[in-house]
Amino acid sequence: MSTSGMAVMADRGADLAVEGIHTAYGLSQVLFGVSLDVRAGECIALIGRNGVGKTTTMRSIIGLTPPRSGRIVWKDRDIAHLGPHRICRLGIGFVPEDRRIFPELTVWENLDIARRTGADGRTTWREEQVFALFPDLAEIRDRRGGVLSGGQQQMLTIARTLMGNPELLLLDEPSEGLAPLIVEQLRQRVAELKATGLSIVLAEQNLQFVMSLADRVYILEKGEVRFTGTPADLQADKSIVQQFLTV
Amino acid sequence: MTLTMFTLNAFYGLALAMNMFIIASGLNLIFGVLRVINFAHGMFYMFGAYIVFTVTKSWGAPFFVGVLASALALGVIALVIERLLLKHLYGREHLMQLLFTFAIVLLMSDAAKMIWGTDQYSVGYPPGLGGAVSLGFVVLPQYQLFLCIVGPLIAVALWFVVDRTRWGRVVRAATQDREMLAALGVNVPMVYAAVFTAGSALAGIGGALAAPRVALVPGMDATIINECFIIVIIGGLGNLWGSFLGALAFGFVVQFGTVWAPNWQDVLPYVLMLVVLIIRPWGLLGRPEVG
Repeated sequence: MSTSGMAVMADRGADLAVEGIHTAYGLSQVLFGVSLDVRAGECIALIGRNGVGKTTTMRSIIGLTPPRSGRIVWKDRDIAHLGPHRICRLGIGFVPEDRRIFPELTVWENLDIARRTGADGRTTWREEQVFALFPDLAEIRDRRGGVLSGGQQQMLTIARTLMGNPELLLLDEPSEGLAPLIVEQLRQRVAELKATGLSIVLAEQNLQFVMSLADRVYILEKGEVRFTGTPADLQADKSIVQQFLTV
Repeated sequence: MTLTMFTLNAFYGLALAMNMFIIASGLNLIFGVLRVINFAHGMFYMFGAYIVFTVTKSWGAPFFVGVLASALALGVIALVIERLLLKHLYGREHLMQLLFTFAIVLLMSDAAKMIWGTDQYSVGYPPGLGGAVSLGFVVLPQYQLFLCIVGPLIAVALWFVVDRTRWGRVVRAATQDREMLAALGVNVPMVYAAVFTAGSALAGIGGALAAPRVALVPGMDATIINECFIIVIIGGLGNLWGSFLGALAFGFVVQFGTVWAPNWQDVLPYVLMLVVLIIRPWGLLGRPEVG
């Protein structure tokens, strides 16, 4: 992508602005005033150790665990109080960490139920396009979701969300539990998605996976944003990695 | 037992099975998707039968208009119950749902007494289906023959919708992961409402079709709901063809039990259920571990 192209996109301002959200599961509060923003076509990474609130931030945005306070603004509209299906239909796609493939449905059926015209009327992603991006899925289209390997499930869960033609992809720990070779394939696929202009929020623990993809990085700890910067900033300051990411 | 008597009994068993399947499939569909055991399903069946009586006897409309009216009326009643009340109970413990659907039974039971009183009614066979068909060695009543055709037709239609349409795929996904389905843009509460409506309409149709072969009396709902549970448990919870098989087993056991062991006829369906539960605790076509 050219630098001028990036500049044009940045001029449009933030598509998604999360403003000081507090989110809890019952009595257990997980997020304490998280704020972040994503510009059109940008890939931001949420990184941090297990349990710092990466998944909860994703679940808050898609509406599965709505925040108790704070705002989530998507294209100038507060979506914090909407149900997940409404938020999805406004152009936000969620790829959960645990993949959540429908086990009794075939690969094709998993894709079919997610089929949707984009909020902006786009139909960029149909079966042919997702099968072109993930050719392995085309070969197992009649296999039941429950019998797929971890790598296949991860491809399918991304492909399934793409069928809804989102403008923003929430990608929760895609590399988790996958073999290094598969992780590298996946990284290339995500890079291709980014190159199409799709905005991405990527939660990861795998720093290497993030570095080449993200435009900006947010480090979370104990439900708060502790660092914001570019991957280069992060690389320049080893103490940050030490403090927030080393186990 | 002569071949003629055997064939006739098998045929009556089959007709009973098909009528029961139509009702039980609705109960099973609702359980499979909503995970709600709807005790009011038998009451919906009874309303279906009474509505056919009113539409045909009091209004003089044709029988099949009555069947359609039953399906529509029960669909509307179910939709109102679901949207106003039941939807607040998903995810709560099963006891709450059981108490709620039982409350619906009590309310509708009193409503039925207010509308229709406590007299016994009967509905005649529809014109053209009141006769008999001779196969040479045995003569079969037309209405039962009609039930033997309608039952499999409904089974195939249900299978087609659930297995072969996008709507059915969404319904099956809802039984597996409601939250993920919502995140993919599906309005899951509407899917639940539609399934509850359709399942209840099946109870209405089942009741309407039963009306010519049973006596319409208060309390007819209680027997049916027990029998439906037996069928669904025998076949496997949430499994369409399981209910079909369960209904067949039930129909034949009841019919031949009446002939061969009349003193035991009330107990035999329960014995059947116990035997199945001991051999396959998850039912004939069900799977171990549900939800």
